[in-house]
Amino acid sequence: MSALTLHYDVPGDDFTRAGEASSDIKNKLKQMGISPDVIRNVAIATYEGEINMVIHANGGTIDAAIDAESITLTIKDTGGGIPDVELAMQEGYTTAQEHIRALGFGAGMGLPNMKKYTDEFNITSEVGKGTEVIMKVYLSK
Amino acid sequence: MTIGDIKKLLECEVLCCDDRLESEVHTACGSDMMSDVLAFVKDQAVLLTGLLNPQVVRTAEMMDIICIVFVRGKKPDDAVVSLAAQKNIAILSTANRMFEACGVLYESGLRGGISSGGVGCSAGGCLDECAYIAL
Ligand SMILES: Nc1ncnc2c1ncn2[C@@H]1O[C@H](COP(=O)(O)OP(=O)(O)OP(=O)(O)O)[C@@H](O)[C@H]1O
Ligand SMILES: [Mg+2]
Repeated sequence: MSALTLHYDVPGDDFTRAGEASSDIKNKLKQMGISPDVIRNVAIATYEGEINMVIHANGGTIDAAIDAESITLTIKDTGGGIPDVELAMQEGYTTAQEHIRALGFGAGMGLPNMKKYTDEFNITSEVGKGTEVIMKVYLSK
Repeated sequence: MTIGDIKKLLECEVLCCDDRLESEVHTACGSDMMSDVLAFVKDQAVLLTGLLNPQVVRTAEMMDIICIVFVRGKKPDDAVVSLAAQKNIAILSTANRMFEACGVLYESGLRGGISSGGVGCSAGGCLDECAYIAL
């Protein structure tokens, strides 16, 4: 299988459109005949990342690279960044306010969930500069 | 049971995808918190919720959920319904409240299935009347 790359710009000002990129990635992987378990893991991880960029940053970009071994997802924004990444990685930690919870998000589960559903997970963040999450899901376990 | 059975049991209005009424479903979950659905749900076919925004459909799509039941008589707007139609996710609306709706379906054999990591809803921070139909 030759490498395939996908690129998405995720607008930060439209909550209703959040998830379009994840949806498209999911459909493309389906068309490629990738196994449903792998697709589910990728879908959850990208969607959590996409929602985070819309809720906590001003949108950003998602890149997916698919080769014979794995799917690499790069989710990157130039938002406010995360002051304490270790804290943000803890289940239940959230800075989301009530209006976010009213939308159905803000349980502090997204980042831990992204880590759980991927085989490799790396997050770097700098306050005032932005956040980058790079994840890998292996095609065969 | 089938999605058609859910329609009958909860006296639902079907807002889209009535061609899915024959589809078999065995498991369900109920929550107003999409974060919890993403974190704790595994292999559930039906989502009961009182939340109305398009992210309910997107969350269902990511989780391979094939039917959404809106409780408390809530109906999403046309944009949400057409998004669901695009994804072939059946949309039902019932006058029942969350707790009653879950109870009726549970009594009729629908189950909560196994949530990932063995964590049920109670650990997931349920909102108001949200309840996983958990064993
Ligand atoms: N891209 C980002 N930019 C800035 N801050 C972020 C970003 N992603 C996460 N955070 C911070 O990390 C916290 C934890 O994120 P996480 O995704 O785990 O939970 P949440 O988004 O608050 O809630 P949930 O994901 O359950 O809906 C957030 O509340 C926010 O403070
Ligand atoms: Mg999040």
